[in-house]
Amino acid sequence: MKARVHVTLKNGVLDPQGKAIQHALDSLGFAGVEEVRQGKFIELELTETDAAKARSAVEEMCRKLLANTVIENYSVEVEG
Amino acid sequence: MRAAVIRFPGTNREKDAVVALTRATGRPPVVVWHKETELPELDLILLPGGFAYGDYLRAGAMAAHSPVMREVKRQAERGVAVVGICNGFQVLTEAGLLPGALLRNAGLKFVCRDVHLRVETSASPFTSAYNAGDVVRVPVAHHDGNYHADEATLARLEDEDRIAFRYVAGPGEPEARANPNGSIRAIAGILSENRRVLGMMPHPEDATDPLQGGTDGCRLFDGMARALA
Repeated sequence: MKARVHVTLKNGVLDPQGKAIQHALDSLGFAGVEEVRQGKFIELELTETDAAKARSAVEEMCRKLLANTVIENYSVEVEG
Repeated sequence: MRAAVIRFPGTNREKDAVVALTRATGRPPVVVWHKETELPELDLILLPGGFAYGDYLRAGAMAAHSPVMREVKRQAERGVAVVGICNGFQVLTEAGLLPGALLRNAGLKFVCRDVHLRVETSASPFTSAYNAGDVVRVPVAHHDGNYHADEATLARLEDEDRIAFRYVAGPGEPEARANPNGSIRAIAGILSENRRVLGMMPHPEDATDPLQGGTDGCRLFDGMARALA
Protein backbone atom coordinates (compact mmCIF):
# COMPACT_ATOMS: atom_id res chain seq x y z
CA MET A 1 0.00 0.00 0.00
CA LYS A 2 1.05 3.54 -0.69
CA ALA A 3 1.57 6.24 1.91
CA ARG A 4 2.07 9.89 1.15
CA VAL A 5 3.69 12.27 3.61
CA HIS A 6 3.58 16.05 3.46
CA VAL A 7 6.17 17.86 5.56
CA THR A 8 5.63 21.58 6.03
CA LEU A 9 7.32 24.27 8.09
CA LYS A 10 5.45 25.21 11.25
CA ASN A 11 3.74 28.57 11.45
CA GLY A 12 6.15 31.16 12.74
CA VAL A 13 9.20 29.43 11.23
CA LEU A 14 10.72 31.68 8.58
CA ASP A 15 10.69 30.19 5.08
CA PRO A 16 13.18 32.16 2.97
CA GLN A 17 12.71 29.79 0.01
CA GLY A 18 8.94 30.36 0.09
CA LYS A 19 9.61 34.11 0.15
CA ALA A 20 11.91 33.87 -2.88
CA ILE A 21 9.26 31.86 -4.79
CA GLN A 22 6.64 34.45 -3.90
CA HIS A 23 8.86 37.24 -5.25
CA ALA A 24 9.54 35.26 -8.43
CA LEU A 25 5.82 34.69 -8.98
CA ASP A 26 5.20 38.36 -8.43
CA SER A 27 7.84 39.35 -10.97
CA LEU A 28 6.27 36.93 -13.49
CA GLY A 29 3.04 38.88 -13.17
CA PHE A 30 1.10 36.48 -10.93
CA ALA A 31 -0.55 39.04 -8.71
CA GLY A 32 -2.34 38.29 -5.47
CA VAL A 33 -0.06 35.60 -4.00
CA GLU A 34 -0.03 36.58 -0.36
CA GLU A 35 2.30 33.91 0.95
CA VAL A 36 4.23 30.86 -0.26
CA ARG A 37 5.39 28.08 2.06
CA GLN A 38 7.61 25.39 0.61
CA GLY A 39 7.49 21.85 1.96
CA LYS A 40 8.39 18.27 1.10
CA PHE A 41 6.34 15.44 -0.36
CA ILE A 42 7.49 11.88 0.34
CA GLU A 43 5.89 8.79 -1.18
CA LEU A 44 6.36 5.38 0.45
CA GLU A 45 5.48 1.96 -0.93
CA LEU A 46 4.72 -0.31 2.02
CA THR A 47 4.31 -4.08 2.33
CA GLU A 48 1.78 -3.55 5.15
CA THR A 49 -1.82 -4.21 4.05
CA ASP A 50 -3.65 -2.92 7.13
CA ALA A 51 -4.32 0.82 6.70
CA ALA A 52 -4.40 1.62 10.40
CA LYS A 53 -1.09 -0.17 11.04
CA ALA A 54 0.45 1.47 7.99
CA ARG A 55 -0.61 4.90 9.20
CA SER A 56 0.79 4.40 12.68
CA ALA A 57 4.09 3.07 11.25
CA VAL A 58 4.45 6.04 8.92
CA GLU A 59 3.63 8.48 11.71
CA GLU A 60 6.44 6.91 13.73
CA MET A 61 8.75 7.33 10.70
CA CYS A 62 7.77 11.00 10.58
CA ARG A 63 8.54 11.56 14.23
CA LYS A 64 11.88 9.72 14.06
CA LEU A 65 13.26 10.84 10.70
CA LEU A 66 11.03 12.22 7.95
CA ALA A 67 10.16 15.43 9.79
CA ASN A 68 12.04 17.51 12.33
CA THR A 69 9.21 18.29 14.71
CA VAL A 70 11.13 21.24 16.16
CA ILE A 71 10.42 23.16 12.94
CA GLU A 72 8.12 21.00 10.83
CA ASN A 73 4.59 19.55 10.82
CA TYR A 74 3.68 16.39 8.94
CA SER A 75 0.52 14.85 7.58
CA VAL A 76 0.08 11.26 6.42
CA GLU A 77 -2.29 9.85 3.79
CA VAL A 78 -2.62 6.10 3.35
CA GLU A 79 -4.10 4.73 0.18
CA GLY A 80 -5.06 1.21 -0.69
CA MET B 1 43.28 15.22 26.55
CA ARG B 2 42.02 12.18 24.64
CA ALA B 3 39.91 13.32 21.73
CA ALA B 4 38.04 11.64 18.88
CA VAL B 5 36.92 13.18 15.60
CA ILE B 6 33.91 11.48 14.01
CA ARG B 7 33.76 11.00 10.24
CA PHE B 8 30.53 10.44 8.34
CA PRO B 9 30.35 9.86 4.60
CA GLY B 10 30.47 13.43 3.29
CA THR B 11 32.40 14.88 6.23
CA ASN B 12 35.17 17.07 4.79
CA ARG B 13 36.56 19.27 7.58
CA GLU B 14 37.97 16.55 9.82
CA LYS B 15 41.59 17.24 8.88
CA ASP B 16 41.39 20.87 10.00
CA ALA B 17 39.93 19.65 13.30
CA VAL B 18 42.70 17.06 13.69
CA VAL B 19 45.41 19.70 13.10
CA ALA B 20 43.83 22.15 15.56
CA LEU B 21 43.40 19.47 18.27
CA THR B 22 46.94 18.16 17.75
CA ARG B 23 48.38 21.66 18.06
CA ALA B 24 46.48 22.30 21.29
CA THR B 25 46.92 18.93 22.99
CA GLY B 26 50.23 17.68 21.63
CA ARG B 27 48.71 14.40 20.50
CA PRO B 28 46.61 13.55 17.48
CA PRO B 29 42.96 12.63 18.10
CA VAL B 30 41.60 9.30 16.91
CA VAL B 31 39.48 9.59 13.79
CA VAL B 32 36.41 7.36 14.04
CA TRP B 33 34.28 6.17 11.10
CA HIS B 34 30.53 6.51 11.59
CA LYS B 35 29.96 2.73 11.43
CA GLU B 36 31.83 2.17 14.70
CA THR B 37 29.63 1.19 17.61
CA GLU B 38 32.21 1.63 20.36
CA LEU B 39 34.48 4.50 21.30
CA PRO B 40 37.59 4.35 23.48
CA GLU B 41 37.85 6.24 26.80
CA LEU B 42 37.66 9.89 25.79
CA ASP B 43 37.60 13.41 27.17
CA LEU B 44 36.24 15.04 24.03
CA ILE B 45 34.28 14.03 20.93
CA LEU B 46 34.37 16.44 17.99
CA LEU B 47 31.83 16.32 15.15
CA PRO B 48 33.42 18.24 12.29
CA GLY B 49 31.96 20.14 9.37
CA GLY B 50 31.04 18.88 5.94
CA PHE B 51 27.98 17.47 4.24
CA ALA B 52 27.28 14.19 6.03
CA TYR B 53 25.13 11.98 3.78
CA GLY B 54 24.99 14.83 1.28
CA ASP B 55 22.62 16.76 3.59
CA TYR B 56 19.84 14.46 2.27
CA LEU B 57 16.39 15.13 3.74
CA ARG B 58 17.78 17.76 6.15
CA ALA B 59 21.36 18.66 7.07
CA GLY B 60 22.45 16.25 9.79
CA ALA B 61 19.26 14.14 9.69
CA MET B 62 20.83 10.92 8.43
CA ALA B 63 24.06 11.27 10.40
CA ALA B 64 22.07 11.69 13.61
CA HIS B 65 20.89 8.09 13.21
CA SER B 66 24.17 6.50 12.13
CA PRO B 67 25.60 3.75 14.38
CA VAL B 68 28.30 5.82 16.09
CA MET B 69 25.79 8.43 17.26
CA ARG B 70 24.23 6.01 19.73
CA GLU B 71 27.64 5.75 21.39
CA VAL B 72 28.21 9.52 21.17
CA LYS B 73 24.89 10.04 22.97
CA ARG B 74 25.81 7.47 25.60
CA GLN B 75 29.16 9.15 26.24
CA ALA B 76 27.54 12.60 26.33
CA GLU B 77 25.13 11.31 28.98
CA ARG B 78 28.16 10.19 31.00
CA GLY B 79 29.51 13.75 30.81
CA VAL B 80 32.10 13.37 28.04
CA ALA B 81 32.44 16.77 26.32
CA VAL B 82 31.06 16.94 22.78
CA VAL B 83 31.58 19.76 20.31
CA GLY B 84 29.83 19.97 16.95
CA ILE B 85 31.11 22.47 14.42
CA CYS B 86 29.00 23.55 11.43
CA ASN B 87 27.56 20.27 10.06
CA GLY B 88 28.43 18.78 13.46
CA PHE B 89 26.11 21.34 15.11
CA GLN B 90 23.34 20.34 12.69
CA VAL B 91 23.92 16.67 13.60
CA LEU B 92 23.74 17.47 17.34
CA THR B 93 20.38 19.26 16.99
CA GLU B 94 18.98 16.44 14.82
CA ALA B 95 20.21 13.91 17.39
CA GLY B 96 18.44 15.80 20.17
CA LEU B 97 21.66 16.60 22.06
CA LEU B 98 21.03 20.32 21.58
CA PRO B 99 17.72 22.18 21.24
CA GLY B 100 16.50 24.04 18.15
CA ALA B 101 17.28 23.53 14.46
CA LEU B 102 19.38 25.03 11.68
CA LEU B 103 17.34 26.34 8.74
CA ARG B 104 18.38 27.49 5.27
CA ASN B 105 20.30 30.79 5.45
CA ALA B 106 17.94 33.76 5.32
CA GLY B 107 19.73 35.09 2.23
CA LEU B 108 19.39 31.64 0.56
CA LYS B 109 23.06 31.65 -0.41
CA PHE B 110 25.99 29.60 0.84
CA VAL B 111 28.01 32.03 2.98
CA CYS B 112 31.79 31.65 3.18
CA ARG B 113 33.57 34.53 4.90
CA ASP B 114 34.97 35.72 8.20
CA VAL B 115 32.47 36.73 10.87
CA HIS B 116 32.85 38.30 14.31
CA LEU B 117 31.57 36.50 17.37
CA ARG B 118 31.04 37.79 20.86
CA VAL B 119 31.80 35.19 23.51
CA GLU B 120 28.68 35.27 25.68
CA THR B 121 29.87 33.02 28.50
CA SER B 122 33.19 31.69 29.70
CA ALA B 123 31.44 29.12 31.92
CA SER B 124 32.02 26.00 29.82
CA PRO B 125 34.97 23.73 29.06
CA PHE B 126 34.97 25.17 25.51
CA THR B 127 34.96 28.88 26.28
CA SER B 128 36.89 28.99 29.55
CA ALA B 129 40.00 30.55 27.95
CA TYR B 130 37.91 33.50 26.71
CA ASN B 131 36.36 36.27 28.76
CA ALA B 132 32.65 36.92 28.33
CA GLY B 133 32.39 39.89 26.00
CA ASP B 134 35.52 39.06 23.97
CA VAL B 135 35.02 39.54 20.25
CA VAL B 136 36.81 37.06 17.97
CA ARG B 137 37.09 36.65 14.21
CA VAL B 138 36.56 33.20 12.67
CA PRO B 139 35.21 31.98 9.33
CA VAL B 140 31.80 30.53 8.51
CA ALA B 141 31.07 28.30 5.50
CA HIS B 142 27.51 27.01 5.35
CA HIS B 143 24.16 27.02 3.59
CA ASP B 144 21.98 25.99 6.53
CA GLY B 145 23.15 27.96 9.54
CA ASN B 146 20.04 29.93 10.39
CA TYR B 147 19.46 28.96 14.02
CA HIS B 148 15.84 28.63 15.07
CA ALA B 149 14.15 27.67 18.32
CA ASP B 150 10.76 28.49 19.81
CA GLU B 151 10.35 31.36 22.27
CA ALA B 152 10.26 29.09 25.33
CA THR B 153 13.53 27.42 24.31
CA LEU B 154 15.20 30.77 23.61
CA ALA B 155 14.09 32.12 27.00
CA ARG B 156 15.58 29.04 28.66
CA LEU B 157 18.85 29.35 26.76
CA GLU B 158 19.15 33.00 27.81
CA ASP B 159 18.12 32.40 31.44
CA GLU B 160 20.54 29.51 31.83
CA ASP B 161 23.44 31.38 30.20
CA ARG B 162 23.65 28.74 27.47
CA ILE B 163 24.27 30.99 24.48
CA ALA B 164 27.99 30.53 23.85
CA PHE B 165 28.52 32.85 20.86
CA ARG B 166 26.59 35.58 19.06
CA TYR B 167 27.30 37.19 15.70
CA VAL B 168 28.31 40.84 16.12
CA ALA B 169 29.60 43.53 13.80
CA GLY B 170 33.39 43.71 13.61
CA PRO B 171 35.40 46.95 13.64
CA GLY B 172 33.97 49.23 10.96
CA GLU B 173 31.51 46.57 9.81
CA PRO B 174 27.89 47.66 9.26
CA GLU B 175 25.43 46.17 11.74
CA ALA B 176 23.38 44.65 8.90
CA ARG B 177 26.32 42.47 7.83
CA ALA B 178 27.02 41.05 11.29
CA ASN B 179 24.56 38.13 11.20
CA PRO B 180 25.52 36.06 8.14
CA ASN B 181 22.51 33.72 8.06
CA GLY B 182 19.51 35.27 9.83
CA SER B 183 19.93 33.25 13.04
CA ILE B 184 17.35 34.20 15.63
CA ARG B 185 18.82 36.57 18.26
CA ALA B 186 22.09 36.34 16.27
CA ILE B 187 22.89 33.01 17.92
CA ALA B 188 26.06 31.36 16.57
CA GLY B 189 26.59 28.66 19.21
CA ILE B 190 24.78 27.11 22.16
CA LEU B 191 25.49 24.84 25.13
CA SER B 192 23.58 21.88 26.50
CA GLU B 193 21.91 21.99 29.90
CA ASN B 194 24.95 20.43 31.61
CA ARG B 195 27.27 22.75 29.58
CA ARG B 196 29.27 19.75 28.26
CA VAL B 197 27.91 19.87 24.69
CA LEU B 198 28.64 22.82 22.40
CA GLY B 199 27.27 23.35 18.90
CA MET B 200 28.44 26.24 16.74
CA MET B 201 28.17 27.12 13.06
CA PRO B 202 31.50 29.04 12.70
CA HIS B 203 34.81 27.21 12.27
CA PRO B 204 37.24 27.94 15.14
CA GLU B 205 39.55 25.20 13.80
CA ASP B 206 40.06 27.34 10.70
CA ALA B 207 41.39 30.22 12.76
CA THR B 208 44.27 28.49 14.54
CA ASP B 209 47.24 29.34 12.32
CA PRO B 210 48.44 32.69 10.92
CA LEU B 211 48.37 31.10 7.46
CA GLN B 212 44.61 30.71 7.83
CA GLY B 213 44.30 34.47 8.30
CA GLY B 214 43.78 34.47 12.05
CA THR B 215 44.34 32.62 15.30
CA ASP B 216 41.31 33.64 17.38
CA GLY B 217 40.12 30.02 17.41
CA CYS B 218 43.22 28.86 19.32
CA ARG B 219 41.79 29.83 22.68
CA LEU B 220 38.82 27.51 22.15
CA PHE B 221 41.13 24.53 21.59
CA ASP B 222 43.64 25.58 24.26
CA GLY B 223 40.79 26.09 26.73
CA MET B 224 39.39 22.64 26.00
CA ALA B 225 42.82 21.05 26.31
CA ARG B 226 43.22 22.62 29.76
CA ALA B 227 39.65 22.12 31.02
CA LEU B 228 39.34 18.52 29.82
CA ALA B 229 42.87 17.21 30.50
